[in-house]
Amino acid sequence: MDTRADSGVSEVSIQTMPSYEMHSYRRKVKSIAVWSISFAALAFVMFIILDILLSVISKGVPGLSLKLFATQTSGIAGGLQNAILGTLMLIVISSLISAPLGVLAGIYISLFAPKRFGAVIRFISEVLAGIPSIVIGYFGYMVMVLQWGMGFSALAGGISLSIIILPYIVRTTDASFRQIPKSYLEGAIALGMTPFMATRTVLLKLATPGVLTGILLAVSIALGETAPLIYTAGWSNFDPNLQLIKNPVAYLTYVVWTYLNEPYNAAHQLAYTAALLLVAIVLVLHLLVRLLQRGSIKHA
Amino acid sequence: MLNARIRSRIFQVAAGIAAVSPLLVLLFVAGVLVMDAWPAFKFQGFSFFTGITWNMGNMYASNPIVHNGVEGAPGATFGILPFIVGTIGSSLIAMMIAVPISLLSAFALVYKIPPRYARWISSAVELLAGIPSVVFGLWGMVVLAPIVANQIGPWLTHFGKVLPFLAGPVGSGFGLLTSGIVLAVMVIPIITATSRDLIAQVPKLPIEGAQALGMTTFESIRHITFPMVRRGVIGAIILGWGRALGETMAVLMVSGNATNYLPTNLYSPISTMASTVAALLDGALTDFSKLSIHALALIAVTLLVITMITNLLARLLVQLGRRDVGTEA
Repeated sequence: MDTRADSGVSEVSIQTMPSYEMHSYRRKVKSIAVWSISFAALAFVMFIILDILLSVISKGVPGLSLKLFATQTSGIAGGLQNAILGTLMLIVISSLISAPLGVLAGIYISLFAPKRFGAVIRFISEVLAGIPSIVIGYFGYMVMVLQWGMGFSALAGGISLSIIILPYIVRTTDASFRQIPKSYLEGAIALGMTPFMATRTVLLKLATPGVLTGILLAVSIALGETAPLIYTAGWSNFDPNLQLIKNPVAYLTYVVWTYLNEPYNAAHQLAYTAALLLVAIVLVLHLLVRLLQRGSIKHA
Repeated sequence: MLNARIRSRIFQVAAGIAAVSPLLVLLFVAGVLVMDAWPAFKFQGFSFFTGITWNMGNMYASNPIVHNGVEGAPGATFGILPFIVGTIGSSLIAMMIAVPISLLSAFALVYKIPPRYARWISSAVELLAGIPSVVFGLWGMVVLAPIVANQIGPWLTHFGKVLPFLAGPVGSGFGLLTSGIVLAVMVIPIITATSRDLIAQVPKLPIEGAQALGMTTFESIRHITFPMVRRGVIGAIILGWGRALGETMAVLMVSGNATNYLPTNLYSPISTMASTVAALLDGALTDFSKLSIHALALIAVTLLVITMITNLLARLLVQLGRRDVGTEA
């Protein structure tokens, strides 16, 4: 009994084991049955993935045309140019804020921070990553849109998104720098390099695939967010005009969300096509991440 | 050389400042929300969490009522019990569906699928995790809701005699069950990927030994792998649950948006805390007394606290789970 008390995970004590009959048919059947159910579960998951992709493709493709990329939405129809450009603008703004901040933070906690401090920041980042995005949306609305007077704007939306993606960039940067053996940094410093030179020349090269992976993942998260943008970016039927504040911007997820509730087929078609574009971009980013990961494995 | 030293110093200080940014952001967000939420809590007290009526009052009036020293619109009363029930209910349904499917899939991926195919399948599962929530919402509205209304729902009502909660009417397909299924699809990749990573780290030798002694593959996993990954897997499950609790858009699109109404059966329209904030913020702005906005902040704070607790617990368990299988000190 004593052996079992110790967290019960590292060892299986003999007492807890049931005694099995040596040549039991039932045991084999049970094993086969459980694995069959497992295969069925996995097949079900794959079926759902396929079903989601296929329904988005089959509904979205009929709406694809060159006009879609060349015209702006008007009322419930038109094209998606404004939404595509707006999404792009929001992603650029949020990446410009989060990428430098997150990468620097990740480098600091993986290489230079005292152990305790690093652990605290890692922990805080996890907490930040777990905050529901609508909560960030509320925050952005009350503070940036109203209190700071930004109005519905690309900057308010971009900052809200950057809060959401920051912890992901910190986490992946931290992880990819921590994978590099400590001796690399120590060796470089022993050779007379400053910590900055060592980081920039020796370590950064090794960590780059990981860091890029993190940024790409962050972009794909930012791309798919809606809740933090509804009350910060607003919506506009026109292309973004490069004004950072007081000018609402359009974005793709908004089209999917609102146009589905309109009673017009044209609006539905626009929503399906916007969903198709989103899924296509996410798929491309996903493949890029795969390529990067494969590259970094070869490199190591 | 001196120049290089200074540059290095600047770099380290800048990196140190950047490292504090997640902490500052978190404190700022939480601080703003708590301060915003306080008047609503003072106004309503704990009945905020137990009341079933959410009424922003006559927002265009100009004669505020005063309750506990806080001004509100006439007739304003804020009870979020239906939203809490909707949140917990839909996420629990999601977990009932997602947990067995995810765990069985994870075990099959590690132990039964040849690595060549397993890599592709894992990649597809990770892709599922990256799909925007509005796309899940779209799928829920267009594909799933009709299936729930016409097939799954009517079939489940046959069990209504045993479990009254399953009895009809099935309704439009927008409600608790559909929300639960959509959420399940959204958390399956989280639970599957996290537990697959843990299971893959379990040393092969004891498992092979057990099989050499005559255990079936299922028994060896039941008695050797499972006890080792149990804590981590529970962590993965709570991680998925936290995600389900905070999901906004997909639920908003398929929940049927009910207010002031507790679900009477599995198919009832619901609202969750997150979806309510998204749905009502616009309208709350017109409240001359601003109390409705504070009430929404209080929902956000409640949600924040719940998801923080689940997340911390989950991270802790996953961390301990990694230690159990010996990958991280």
